[in-house]
Amino acid sequence: MYNGSKIILGLIIFLAIATFPFYSNFGKSAVMPSPSTDTPVINQLAKKECVMSAEYMKKEHMKVLDQWRDEVVREGKRDVITVGGRVFEKSLQNGCMQCHSNKSKFCDECHSYAGVKPYCWDCHFFREGGQR
Amino acid sequence: MSIDRRKFLKIAGLSGIGLGLSAADSLVKGKAHASEESSLPESGVRLALVIDIGKIRTDEDYKRITDACHSIHNVPSIPNTKHEVKWIWTDNYEHTFPDQTNEFIPHEMKEKRFLLLCNHCAKPPCVRVCPTKATFKRPDGIVAQDPHRCIGCRFCMAACPYGSRSFNWVDPRKYLDMNKTNPDYPTRTMGVVEKCTLCVERLARGLEPACVEVSNGAIVFGNLADPGSNVRKILSTHYTIIRKPAVGTQPSVFYVIGGGENAG
Repeated sequence: MYNGSKIILGLIIFLAIATFPFYSNFGKSAVMPSPSTDTPVINQLAKKECVMSAEYMKKEHMKVLDQWRDEVVREGKRDVITVGGRVFEKSLQNGCMQCHSNKSKFCDECHSYAGVKPYCWDCHFFREGGQR
Repeated sequence: MSIDRRKFLKIAGLSGIGLGLSAADSLVKGKAHASEESSLPESGVRLALVIDIGKIRTDEDYKRITDACHSIHNVPSIPNTKHEVKWIWTDNYEHTFPDQTNEFIPHEMKEKRFLLLCNHCAKPPCVRVCPTKATFKRPDGIVAQDPHRCIGCRFCMAACPYGSRSFNWVDPRKYLDMNKTNPDYPTRTMGVVEKCTLCVERLARGLEPACVEVSNGAIVFGNLADPGSNVRKILSTHYTIIRKPAVGTQPSVFYVIGGGENAG
């Protein structure tokens, strides 16, 4: 074999680089996200409830937001949602974030874990701590 | 049934005449229809603004109005005019009313600056050309913009005869102090078109558009379809002009002219 040593060395280097993501994470367990509802507004609530059940919101919050978006922007249906005497605007910025004022813990942690980058935050914004 | 050549030609000729007549008939009807057509929508609401240019005099007046709009909607102030984003702005007489070719108009009119914004046309060309329906006309006549659907093709900018649309060439947040932005309203992102939305978010809360609120009565807002509305009252008692009537978009922004002390 011509230049055998060089080829084998090259293969070893290639394999080392190609398999780097596997062995570099080997044995480490990814930390499961634990979104927190520990915010001043939520803590004051007698009964902690969202516009839908927590189970539903965990799976389908993006669909709820999508539906609200169409209703508010396109159909002009800006009627508010009342849950347990509390009034919510159909709005990410003016609705959701009023209670969930801990974006980094409540939103970002799961999104990072799942590797999704929602572009909602390209336009909608939020001031840390919910200061308005 | 067999048909000979002679018969066929007879029938074909008659059919041709018939087709021609029906086409001519629909053309006549179509014409008559077009001339009678009203710009008022079936919903019975066509929201409009009447701007009394005589009542906006000083630079502070203009600034107060444009700042009110731009601050609550988080519109960035971008110094580069090629990148700037405008919802409401000012320009001179010549640019505002290019159809008014009378060169002997009063001097103060030539010197005057005019408030410009989206005209919320009855026949908006921007809506017709938008491939994603990001720009759409609401039943109340507002030409709205949905940034979620905008793909930034800028057809609407090419279609708008009034230059009322702005494209975000750069990230608007670079030109906004994010600590001073209005937390109730989003910013926009790079690559979308934006414009005046006649404050739909304020109308939903029962408020008037921001420019109307701070104009000290110089801008009046109301429903054109309602004969008793304040806008119709002004339009029926004052001489008003619209921008570029020749393009046929039927703007919903009217300018009361007369100027100076004569302005009602």
